[in-house]
Amino acid sequence: MANTYTLISSNTLSTSAASVTFSSIPATFTDLVLRISARNDRAVTNGTLRLTINANSSSIYSFTFLQGNGSAASSNRSPAITHLTDIPLLGSSATNNTFSSIEIYIPSYTASQKKPVSVFGVNETNATAIEMKVNAGLIDSTAAVSSIELTNVSTFQFISESSFFLYGIKNS
Amino acid sequence: MPATYEPIATTTLSTAASTITFSSIPGTYTDLRLVLVITGMSAGNRTGIQFNGDTASNYSTTRLQGDGTTASSTDNNTNPNIRITDVNQLSTSLQFITLDLFSYAGSTFKTALAELSNDRNSAGSVYRSVGLYRSTSAINSLNIMLLSAGTMSTGTTATLYGIKAA
Repeated sequence: MANTYTLISSNTLSTSAASVTFSSIPATFTDLVLRISARNDRAVTNGTLRLTINANSSSIYSFTFLQGNGSAASSNRSPAITHLTDIPLLGSSATNNTFSSIEIYIPSYTASQKKPVSVFGVNETNATAIEMKVNAGLIDSTAAVSSIELTNVSTFQFISESSFFLYGIKNS
Repeated sequence: MPATYEPIATTTLSTAASTITFSSIPGTYTDLRLVLVITGMSAGNRTGIQFNGDTASNYSTTRLQGDGTTASSTDNNTNPNIRITDVNQLSTSLQFITLDLFSYAGSTFKTALAELSNDRNSAGSVYRSVGLYRSTSAINSLNIMLLSAGTMSTGTTATLYGIKAA
């Protein structure tokens, strides 16, 4: 029986880091799934994580999101930007010892077509005005995804104990 | 370590088609997961799912959705399918859908959780929906279908996975 859901690589930070990169992603899977537990040192409660692929920071990313904060739901979008963003990431103003939980799914990552991306990110801190967000992303690139870069706004850093897991899923 | 997440079948359309069917689904898993990437379909169409060839109004769906401007929630009760996409606005847009179908071989009604990601660079839609199939029969076939005349484009891929609890 094929091993369908396989850990490709993981990184649990022992010290803070400005970025986390998964490089040399093998082309032998059908889909990619990133599972993240993270927080950064920016002095906000609800911040954002950024994602690029293949070190490509041209304006090939766009997204539409739906979010709730415990009292209201809303939706917004961003076309033609240099990274996928609006992915929930708790900052240093959030309740101590809380981390964002995020899943990012990239289907058909080696197909020579644009890449749809599904993101589900949640912040729960036993406080009001917190974020839960689902994000439909699109990457206007037909290149296979061989690397994924996860970064912060400006010079902020992921704090230690943030963890990042990249899985590959095979359909055969 | 037992394998708990297994591909059952996959289909990639080599010619445009209005339906994709998975039949003879074994009853040996706990849950099913469908991963569907529609590379394009006729504008104005929607996509739905039926089980076991049942075309009666045994399905319902409740959705939470955003279009980049407004968040809203809608439902469709006593329907002949579980709706998994919104009205398609652009024939060439990619739609990424996952559907988790829980306890599909059990003798209670069947609950499904569907997710749609469809960004079109300056427009788009994102869905989370829950569907109910009011049947106590085990599910042994699944039909992905357009709800009005038209086709899904070549290159559309659908994979059905089985997930075991043990």
